[in-house]
Amino acid sequence: MDALKQELKENIIEQLNLEDMTTADIGDDDMLFGDGLGLDSIDALELIVMLDKNYGIKLTDPKEGRHIFESVNTMAAYITEHRSK
Amino acid sequence: MKNVYINSVGSVSSQNTTDDADFLKEIISYNDTTIPALNPNYKDFIPPAAARRMAKGIKMSIVASKIALQKANLETVDAIITGTGMGCLHDSEKFLSAIIDNNEEYLTPTPFIQSTHNTVGGQIALEIQCKGYNFTYVHGSNSFESALLDAKMQLELDEATNILIGGVDELAAHTILLNKAIHHIKETPVESSKVLNSNTKGAIYGEGANFFVLSNKKQDSSLAIVADLQTFNTLPIQSVAEKAREFLLANNLHPSEIDALILGNNGDVEFDTFYNHLATTDFQNVQQFVYKPWIGEFNTASSFGVLLATNILKTQSAPKAFQMNNIVSSQYKTILLYNQYRGENHSFTLLRQC
Repeated sequence: MDALKQELKENIIEQLNLEDMTTADIGDDDMLFGDGLGLDSIDALELIVMLDKNYGIKLTDPKEGRHIFESVNTMAAYITEHRSK
Repeated sequence: MKNVYINSVGSVSSQNTTDDADFLKEIISYNDTTIPALNPNYKDFIPPAAARRMAKGIKMSIVASKIALQKANLETVDAIITGTGMGCLHDSEKFLSAIIDNNEEYLTPTPFIQSTHNTVGGQIALEIQCKGYNFTYVHGSNSFESALLDAKMQLELDEATNILIGGVDELAAHTILLNKAIHHIKETPVESSKVLNSNTKGAIYGEGANFFVLSNKKQDSSLAIVADLQTFNTLPIQSVAEKAREFLLANNLHPSEIDALILGNNGDVEFDTFYNHLATTDFQNVQQFVYKPWIGEFNTASSFGVLLATNILKTQSAPKAFQMNNIVSSQYKTILLYNQYRGENHSFTLLRQC
């Protein structure tokens, strides 16, 4: 699980062009949207594509995303349970 | 009709043009087939959260725009008019590559949103909160001139007071390979001072963003008057001198009354003949300047020519490295610019001292 969290942090930084951040700047429980990393709706679309491409997870219900993308911890837990690749 | 003044400039190029203190003081020589623009400290101009999705063309344009606004003592303008030949190439390449690499799946929104030609104008408007007229001209090497013409007409008719116009194009890796394959970019590196004598096909490519605040109100910062502008999609080489004469005559001028001629020679042996024809006939006794060997060729490179002309008119001096012949004018009151790319999209621009 720790390796997956590290991988997620690296992918978030790369995919979302968070140029000034390192994986150490993102806590496992940090809020990704709102007051946390301050991600926005375009970032949410990028993360949905990332789940599909990297882990074979297709999010069909947009409401699911709110919980899944709360933090690196919630993302890692969902991926571990639902990944197909 | 009202006069149209260039009240300020902002520039990001491969020369020192961003800061006033270093403006074209020391000309940088290159020895390559492409010349990237020098990166200013973008964080001084763009919030990091906004900058993270911007490719170089957008960032260069926002920096150049903000500098131009600052010099004109303006917070915002009535209109933003952008010229770009190829638009946001880097993100276009990213998006198209993703389509191919991922078999038309997993396409992400950011490079698509940021790849359109009018992204630059939109991002500038967001940065300076300008809700006015916003237009982007995409017309090969007449893109910047089209933006200039639009602004000139609006200001002359007093439909606006202050308009931000600019020309921007960026280099991108795959497009460089394609342009090398079709010999639009030279095969081997050439030193800037030797580009015009290279006697080979193609040009040295470059990139940059040059923005100007145009106004129908003169102020202390005013640099030049945009007296006239004419564009041609095609022009036979035999007609260039005649069209130049007609253009000047319409402005009650004779070629001998021009203090400087700024030409867009890029060292392409096939197409520099258009410039050479003009330089060796009607304007052979006029001081001549070139700039593309030091900034590279791109569809809106002529915006750097206008930048150079305004600087000459304001300071009454010019970089010696850019001079093509041995004639030196005693004063600079009227400057003519001529540009074309690969024999198409010709333009004559006439600037006068304020």
